[in-house]
Amino acid sequence: MSETTAVQESTFSIQDFLAEESQKDLLRFSTAGSVDDGKSTLIGRLLYDTQSVYEDQVKSIEGKGTTQPGQIDFALLTDGLRAEREQGITIDVAYRYFATDKRKLIIADTPGHEQYTRNMATGASTADATVVLIDASKGVLIQSRRHAFIASLLRVRHVLVAVNKMDLIGYDEAKFRAIESDFRALLSQIAADTGSPVTPHFIPVSALLGDNIVHRSSAMSWYDGPSLLELLESVPAAINSDKEPFRFPVQRVLRPDSTFRGFAGQIASGIVRPGDTIVALPSGRSAQVARIVTYDGDLAEAQAPLSVTLVLKTEVDISRGDLIASAEDAGTIARGCKAHLVWMDQQPLQLHRRYLLKHTSQTVPAYVTALDYRTEIGTLEHKRAHTLEINGIGVVSIQLPRPIVLDKYSENRATGAFILIDPATNSTVAAGMVREVVGRDSLVGTSSAAASGPVTGEERRRRWGHSGGELHLTGSVELIDSVERALFAMGAVTVRVPALADAVRISQLAAAGLLALVVAPSNEEFLKARVGEAEIIVETEDATAVTAVLELLEENGLLAAHNEEGSEYSI
Amino acid sequence: MSGTFGEVQSAELSAAAVQAPRANHLRLLEAESIHILREVASEFERPVMLYSIGKDSTVMLRLAQKAFFPAPIPFPLLHIDTGFKFAEMIAFRDQMAKDIGAELLVWRNEPAIAAGTNPIALDTKRCCGLLKTQALLDGLKHYGFDAAFGGARRDEEKSRAKERIYSFRDGAGQWDPKNQRPELWNLYNARVHPGESIRVFPLSNWTEMDVWQYIHQENIPVVDLYFAKERPMYVRPAPGGQETLLPVEQAFVAWPGEKPQMVKSRLRSLGCSPCTGAIRSDADSIPAIIAEMLSFRSSERANRVIDHDQEGSMELKKREGYF
Ligand SMILES: Nc1nc2c(ncn2[C@@H]2O[C@H](COP(=O)(O)OP(=O)(O)OP(=O)(O)O)[C@@H](O)[C@H]2O)c(=O)[nH]1
Ligand SMILES: [Mg+2]
Repeated sequence: MSETTAVQESTFSIQDFLAEESQKDLLRFSTAGSVDDGKSTLIGRLLYDTQSVYEDQVKSIEGKGTTQPGQIDFALLTDGLRAEREQGITIDVAYRYFATDKRKLIIADTPGHEQYTRNMATGASTADATVVLIDASKGVLIQSRRHAFIASLLRVRHVLVAVNKMDLIGYDEAKFRAIESDFRALLSQIAADTGSPVTPHFIPVSALLGDNIVHRSSAMSWYDGPSLLELLESVPAAINSDKEPFRFPVQRVLRPDSTFRGFAGQIASGIVRPGDTIVALPSGRSAQVARIVTYDGDLAEAQAPLSVTLVLKTEVDISRGDLIASAEDAGTIARGCKAHLVWMDQQPLQLHRRYLLKHTSQTVPAYVTALDYRTEIGTLEHKRAHTLEINGIGVVSIQLPRPIVLDKYSENRATGAFILIDPATNSTVAAGMVREVVGRDSLVGTSSAAASGPVTGEERRRRWGHSGGELHLTGSVELIDSVERALFAMGAVTVRVPALADAVRISQLAAAGLLALVVAPSNEEFLKARVGEAEIIVETEDATAVTAVLELLEENGLLAAHNEEGSEYSI
Repeated sequence: MSGTFGEVQSAELSAAAVQAPRANHLRLLEAESIHILREVASEFERPVMLYSIGKDSTVMLRLAQKAFFPAPIPFPLLHIDTGFKFAEMIAFRDQMAKDIGAELLVWRNEPAIAAGTNPIALDTKRCCGLLKTQALLDGLKHYGFDAAFGGARRDEEKSRAKERIYSFRDGAGQWDPKNQRPELWNLYNARVHPGESIRVFPLSNWTEMDVWQYIHQENIPVVDLYFAKERPMYVRPAPGGQETLLPVEQAFVAWPGEKPQMVKSRLRSLGCSPCTGAIRSDADSIPAIIAEMLSFRSSERANRVIDHDQEGSMELKKREGYF
């Protein structure tokens, strides 16, 4: 505490330091591996050898823990909970931070114990890289496999394999090579299953003694590769998504006064510039970007993962949970999907039960309609199963009564990921990664293929998400087109018929389950929409016009309700 | 995303391949924090931001301005006032709220303050329990807040390093570190039953260095106590040939006959005056503070009495409902 200021070296310039700092990027990495493989010890050693821990923190752990007298138990630097120190294991993720000359690093040190697999997944979900540890004296264990599999599902881009405790096997190269070839074989087997190959890096280390962690070890002259830190400093951090389609989930509509209406969110992928044409989903209306607004002034362009506010040239009805996407590639409006689930709750998965699915900035009801298979971690076999227990991993079919825009997780980590929440307990019960975006067709199709006899109205209704009926639209052509486009985007089967058409023909279309749009277009600035007796009038400049028409359909039982979360959906 | 998973060649790993980022680490942290602020404001009925006047709170407040610009911050600020905050802090707080047009609420455990609660009459643990934790829980309950932002960072202390960004609290405001909700990607589970709440930490992934660099980069005003100046201090010996500098703010902290000395000093972290030690320093600007930090050998909380009353004391306090 008697520390005085002064960075003594006369050559040191704080301005140069700050300039260098402002060029640094950020790499997030997590640890993985079986219990007691030495993950926390390795992180403690990494922090200690890079002078990233303060003296008072080292002092507070000296003479404690599981190591020999005189040997610091580095795991205590991250195992910060009392229960962890008492039991000598990690229970939940510890986040640690350090910086080198090259970059800033965020570490998620995760637990190896099977009981806490969900915490390992938590740490890995935001990681760019994962350091998988293997105890050299034990080889590849079942938890090493499980973690490698989860990291692959989550598409952690870089896998660094640290074969640890080399000191216990006399720094034996042959044993290291044997583990390396075992684990390479496993990784390629996993990649074949998840479709996500990685190029792993293998490093022999001793976390306890510091071999090949920060400094290259002299005990293993047969290894001439980089130390773990050198690898962590050199793997590419964020990937550039500029070429990807623009995706911007709207978190909030900002309306400080009547002159400003902006859509606040974080760019999930791609790049945006004023003048770009975007489409708002699910309404399907398009508009041009007028401004990219930030507190620090308007931007000429913005790319993922910046948080910005978009102002559009024309008024479009957009609310929280909607997606603003590039007009060229707007994604699919999904009524369902096939997804990998990692189950995380004590209560096993229940098919056909209502869960809540949180995806980007929206939460919608979801039903798991089928469990295609469960993956047996020991063998990676696909097993038939009726449920997933805690820590179970499998592929499921999910049905979404209220359609949302989904991408495959392999194509977009932000718009292809979701969590499931149990609405009764509010627990987060599963992590989901979309493998296939399924229109209603594919999901319902599999069951109706087995049915026989003529196709019933009920089957059509289930497939199309609406029942047959007539929607009379009189007025603005522009609005008629927008309504039809919005319905089309949702997968509705519509037929446009002129108002003068034969009433019997129209009712036959409706009876067959189609939505007949009975139109009388004109150049008016308003649109009259009618279902049966119910009629509304909307203006062209009204941003919520299309939504109002869709609501009219919902209220009159033609369209499946565009539900707010919490309300039941029933067909 | 491009299909480059797995096609990372060793060539790519050469230092040259690591491109200078278009968004540096501060921009990335900022984007993450703004996302969190917007999620909470949109998903909870009644969120509040705990504003403690320190550097972290001040950064959090600026991020809130950025998150909702050009709209105003859509939730009030709440300061838990123990009555032992530095006078400069209180003046700064009121000015700040006025300047940015935010609604400021102040909550004090008045009965405990009236009863003369202080860290010398009681011990620091019980004093904090009454004036901070109890006041916080009472204040949150009084206004019916279901989410409360705090400026805590994971790098501050090792039980904080364990906390989620959305930290679930039961009906009594307590944290159960052994049973936290999984938290995947940036998909936060905001659902709570009546009475339960979430503490939200938008600065979870910021370090002390990031916070100062951001203050520098963004030119954010902070309380003058952070800058070195000649100040009256009680200078006391501490274990290991060290010393403690105790600011002269409350009369009761003085030992009988003890006289303050003028010391060029500053505070590294702002708390209650009787429990916050100062450090000798010449750092009178943000760059000087950053330069000084590079030379530190102890953590910023080392000068706070409360954290080392007892092994794991922060964890205990958090379990009881503290931030
Ligand atoms: N000999 C030797 N022992 C090690 C080495 N690394 C870790 N250990 C010891 O292995 C034991 C477990 O280490 P931890 O770091 O707690 O293991 P972990 O992987 O973090 O365990 P969990 O987090 O509970 O899964 C401790 O007793 C360490 O001291 C090493 O390189 N050599
Ligand atoms: Mg551990």
